Amino acid sequence: MKEENKVLTHGVDPAAMRGRSSEKMVLSRETAAMEIKALKLFYGKDMALKGVDLMIPKGRITAFIGPSGCGKSSLLRCMNRMNDLIDSARIEGEVLLHDENIYDKGVDVAELRRRVGMVFQKPNPFPKSIYENVAYGLRLQGVKSRRVLDEVVEKSLRRAALWDEVKDRLNENAFGLSGGQQQRLVIARAIAIEPEVLLLDEPASALDPLATLKIEELMFELKEDYTIAIVTHNMQQAARVSDYTAFMYMGEMVEFADTDTLFTSPGKKQTEDYITGRYG
Amino acid sequence: MNNWFRNGTPWVWLNAGAVSISLIMVAGLLGMIAVNGLGHFWPKAVAEFDYTEGEDAEVQRVLGEVSRSETMTAAAMREAGYVVPEDEEIVTRHLIKRGNRDATGRDFVWYIGENASEFRYPENAMVLERLTWGDLIGYLKDYREDGEVVAEGDEARERFTERLQETSASVQEIGRIERFEIGAVNYEIEQIRLQQRALDLNPQLSDEERAEQAALLDEQRAEFQERYDALEDRRNELRREVRRFAITAELMDGREQEVVLADIVRATWPNDMSVPAKAREYVSVFWDFVSGFPREANTEGGILPAIFGTVLMVIIMSIVVTPFGVLAAIYLREYAKQGPLVRTIRISVNNLAGVPSIVFGVFGLGFFIYFLGGAIDRTFYPEALPAPTYGSPAIIWASLTLALLTLPVVIVSTEEGLSRIPSTIRQGSLALGATKAETLWRIVVPLAAPAMMTGLILAVARAAGEVAPLMLVGVVKLAPNLPIDGSFPFLHLDRAFMHLGFHIYDVGFQSPNVEAGRPLVYATALILVLLIIVLNVTAVTIRNHLREKYKSESD
Repeated sequence: MKEENKVLTHGVDPAAMRGRSSEKMVLSRETAAMEIKALKLFYGKDMALKGVDLMIPKGRITAFIGPSGCGKSSLLRCMNRMNDLIDSARIEGEVLLHDENIYDKGVDVAELRRRVGMVFQKPNPFPKSIYENVAYGLRLQGVKSRRVLDEVVEKSLRRAALWDEVKDRLNENAFGLSGGQQQRLVIARAIAIEPEVLLLDEPASALDPLATLKIEELMFELKEDYTIAIVTHNMQQAARVSDYTAFMYMGEMVEFADTDTLFTSPGKKQTEDYITGRYG
Repeated sequence: MNNWFRNGTPWVWLNAGAVSISLIMVAGLLGMIAVNGLGHFWPKAVAEFDYTEGEDAEVQRVLGEVSRSETMTAAAMREAGYVVPEDEEIVTRHLIKRGNRDATGRDFVWYIGENASEFRYPENAMVLERLTWGDLIGYLKDYREDGEVVAEGDEARERFTERLQETSASVQEIGRIERFEIGAVNYEIEQIRLQQRALDLNPQLSDEERAEQAALLDEQRAEFQERYDALEDRRNELRREVRRFAITAELMDGREQEVVLADIVRATWPNDMSVPAKAREYVSVFWDFVSGFPREANTEGGILPAIFGTVLMVIIMSIVVTPFGVLAAIYLREYAKQGPLVRTIRISVNNLAGVPSIVFGVFGLGFFIYFLGGAIDRTFYPEALPAPTYGSPAIIWASLTLALLTLPVVIVSTEEGLSRIPSTIRQGSLALGATKAETLWRIVVPLAAPAMMTGLILAVARAAGEVAPLMLVGVVKLAPNLPIDGSFPFLHLDRAFMHLGFHIYDVGFQSPNVEAGRPLVYATALILVLLIIVLNVTAVTIRNHLREKYKSESD
């Protein structure tokens, strides 16, 4: 199994794979951070998700792969209700976070997004200082104590492996950072408010290989405390970093399995075609 | 040749040509205003010449500044009634500023150059700038104190200039007392009169209370009256003091005229001045123009009230238009459901910017002054009726009218700024658990601030140069008081004010003395342009500062 893995990782340093959890988890309600039930998503009349069932395992990295337009980003955005921003979007089905449907009427969306954080494809730091970027979420919650803010900012930046690079210029504008640093800053900003689930929407697609590697290493670090769901176009990345992989096609969940199984012995023809590069 | 067309060279030339022509026009415009406006304050030489119309007409001596010269056909001049020598086809005529409006009636007169002798520039030709009747141009004859001749000739000049420096301080003091101190006391007395009137109108007061308060007001009035009398005494005393000194001047026709020093603003002997001395004089005259109050139907003196009024009006307009425009734009762009209705509103707002400004003036007069101002007067100032307080043209109504006029500009720029902010940044904020309002105020609005400033800059540029609507809603030819002074409540929004744009119109086209006003038109226009530049540069600096602060890819 290791042999085949090596082929799929295309010669990336195996050290980067150290975080891979080899033990398999029995997926159940207890071990799932989020559960998606018969989720359908419509943009106007178009159905973008055609009834997806999925459990996101707790404390693991789950990757979503599939060709462009297959609905993987849409699915991710359903998990913290970012699709609410699109007027024409409509949802059927359920998304459960701790047995609560996040689409229930009484749910506070802001509170939900605090618990389910998100990092986007393009680094999107705020036009503020590095410090204020990381402190933003806390300030929203009304934290004013300088001591608490300092502490959290440092801790978050350390966890995002950015502290050493920026500790001397915390008050400089975040736009002065490189793309890779900006993306790590955005991750630091997301984890500063201690979400339960972290959604990463192609977090490395706009970055160079070295910065990508750093982000991937960061994911290994973070998965000890967070449940991570990542959308990626890069199958090698999915193979390298994730514990579980979901393959989506045309708005449907084609196959979901632990990463090793999905990449080495996919259960469906479609999956195999995709990961061997026959389409997509 | 074909190749020359294909590679686009003609287009480059065409574009470059268009840019060049625009630049030349702008530079030419500013240059003309600057040269004509600034040149006016330079002390001009005083020419003396003998003038005779025809062989046997009597010779008259003419003394004055050459204002400008023109070349005309002799025929045209003959038709206009001038006597021109037979053999001349083309003549030059000079417009001579003779001054002495009080003595000779006409201060600007055309003379045919061919009828005149050679110009002489006598060193003792004197120009007096007077408080009334414009300049006096002549020769100093003697200097008098209390009606007695004290000095003559060169000595007179020395004594006169020395004394003038002393008296000018007193004259300024008189002006200050008349303009500000007596004005303030008058204002207070008027307020007391209104309060007394209000007492009479108040039906809830018992007779005793009324009598009690009336007595109190009488006491106050007596106090102010006393202060008024004291001020008047002081002024009269100063006036008597400065009226003791006088000079006699010989005019061009040989007449003698006595002028008291109190009436003299400045005295110069331009033919006897070195260039540095003229430069000093220039600075002083220019400063008086910028910092002084107008005299003589605005054709003399300074334009301080107009500068002040323009700036204050623009500031009040900015304070009103910015929040309104920004809030409206935020609602339209961020909250309103984008549909046919919002599209219609947006188009209407854009078109509002194209409505002729005089229409806004008419609206301002009807709605703000008659309706709003009238209602305010009836509700809050019944004691002053029938004299209007807010129900007449005032700086607040002018500012509000212009705010209305410039609202579309601010809305459009702000909307544009809001739409340029990348959605990823908004989503980033929302994903951290911010509500829409929090995202708006913490992220979006600061990022759009430079665009808002751009809107404000355009609004200021438009408002500062607007005249037509102001003539209906607040600008007057001569405002007795500034809208800000030392009397409570300090900022008098109900006062009419002076405006540079209107001042240009007034001096240029409404003044009885066209020639005297002409250079002032240029000078005032120059000040107006400079003022707009200063206001704009300030706003641009603030915007650039904001941009630097919120630097992002969106700009």
